Amino acid sequence: MWELIRINKRNSVLLLMLMAVCLLGLGAVIGMAISGPDGGMLGLMIATGIWVVLTLISFSSGDQILLAASNATAVTHDVHPQLFNVVEEMSIASGLPMPKVYIINDPAPNAFATGRNPKSASVAVTAGLLAKLNRDELQGVVGHEMSHILHRDILFVTLAGIMLGSVVLLSQVFLRGMMYGGGSRRRYSSGGGKGGGGAAILLIIAIVVAILAPIMTQLLYFALSRRREYLADAGSVRLTRYPEGLASALEKIANDRAPQLASANKVTAPMFIVNPFKKMGQWNLSDLTSTHPPISERIRILRNMSQGASLKDYSDAFVNVTKSRTVMPVSALTKEDIALRQASAEAKNEQKEKQLRQVGDIMRKVNGFIFLTCACGMTLKIPPNYSAATVECPRCHTVHNVNKT
Amino acid sequence: MSIGMIALIVLLVIAAGLLLVILYVIGTYNVFVGLRNQVDNAWSQIDVQLKRRHDLIPNLVETAKGYMKHERGTFEAITNARAQAMGAKTVADAGKAEGALGDALSKFMLVVENYPDLKANQNFLAVQEELSSTENKIAFSRQAYNDQTMFFNNRIQMFPSNIVAGIFSFTKRDFFEVSAAAEREAPKVSF
Repeated sequence: MWELIRINKRNSVLLLMLMAVCLLGLGAVIGMAISGPDGGMLGLMIATGIWVVLTLISFSSGDQILLAASNATAVTHDVHPQLFNVVEEMSIASGLPMPKVYIINDPAPNAFATGRNPKSASVAVTAGLLAKLNRDELQGVVGHEMSHILHRDILFVTLAGIMLGSVVLLSQVFLRGMMYGGGSRRRYSSGGGKGGGGAAILLIIAIVVAILAPIMTQLLYFALSRRREYLADAGSVRLTRYPEGLASALEKIANDRAPQLASANKVTAPMFIVNPFKKMGQWNLSDLTSTHPPISERIRILRNMSQGASLKDYSDAFVNVTKSRTVMPVSALTKEDIALRQASAEAKNEQKEKQLRQVGDIMRKVNGFIFLTCACGMTLKIPPNYSAATVECPRCHTVHNVNKT
Repeated sequence: MSIGMIALIVLLVIAAGLLLVILYVIGTYNVFVGLRNQVDNAWSQIDVQLKRRHDLIPNLVETAKGYMKHERGTFEAITNARAQAMGAKTVADAGKAEGALGDALSKFMLVVENYPDLKANQNFLAVQEELSSTENKIAFSRQAYNDQTMFFNNRIQMFPSNIVAGIFSFTKRDFFEVSAAAEREAPKVSF
């Protein structure tokens, strides 16, 4: 376990350095193209400046920005006791402090974790996920997110996302500037007193680099974020000891027909447990630019685990299913004898209308509605801006007190 | 080279060796203390959850009593098992008594199946969610405790760190075993 975290940290640092090289190289080349060889230093400095500012922002409040951008609301135990309890269970199993819990106002089932370190981590799930999954499945998903926190993936995803964002931004600005404002470029280069030929070659190099750098950075980013998804699946099983929970959760998420997550975008996509942009029927497409491994493969690996719940068992199942080399660092695969457990949860009501009503109810609770149960079986949902002290049940006309606390 | 020089070199080598040994002992000792604290912390987490289970039971009994008038035996079994579990002193005793309490609770939940009114009661559903989560938390904190204990036991038994463990008398910790056979088959009580 500790070995895995150590290797993961080292890989994160390595990857961030490679991405930084891409960013700084891009800055230098653009600088040179705009104002001759002397501009290289200036470009380098500007690129460094952009990177430092963005990194500082993401360090100080990156998680808050991401949560706000995803439309997530912080919730307490009373809003959704089961979610809160499941998160607490997983934090106990992993030995981590209790993260903050958020619910995203969206019917598409998905989840993510963010934060700087385990002490300041947050877990966010959508209302759709809560309505569609049973307790075991929810536990599998929360276990996956908790493993991201345990493996220190959350800071990496934030930092790498910011870095990717700056590279894309820089190259876009440059390429667009080339397209629309070629004149200004010529003025700079003739001002440098250089011959036209050298500047033209530099310019071509700059354009090629500006096109390639974002692709390179993206490939680096995706390669590692996919590996991390497998590792988080393995970690989830190690915590819950129940691979079928996560497997059937992934299956439900994959087969869900709700519209895709409204608040997700290209930079936040790798954070989610399942790529929010995948369309139906695309599950077997495993190309270089995919942020997540094919979901069908993840499910098959989980269902292949029959011996135990350790990382080694996951790795064996992985080799069995994919017929390729293991994604685990070999030194992390110490022998552990961890038995699987039985299913515990009741079957979830699969009725569509009932689930939709549940999504609505969860969102009402998140938004501060008060729920009153009348003796006649009617549930009254009082909005937070309701001003009167009492309310009458529309069915049996009993008068209830509205307790606002 | 004079004998004095050789003696000095030998002395320096011995001193350096001694220093390394002392540094190793200090380092290992600190690692052991850290690990022991983690084990203790995991144990206290089990305690917290067990206490929570003990606190929830009167609540459960109170909610269910009105609906289950003819199940006095079931209630008594739970109350007795709770009293025994609260009185347990050693790790082994606690394991046994808590296993019995888990059995009594899962029997109770089987009986509840016969009372649809109770199963629809909002208060009962809330207590049930808390209780089933507490059962999970007990299982998970036990899991975390056993993980930590295995790691700690391995470290104090392996050569050469076992010598340091012997000098400062770090001893092996007991695993939290579940004694009731029924609970071992299905480690979690399902409601």
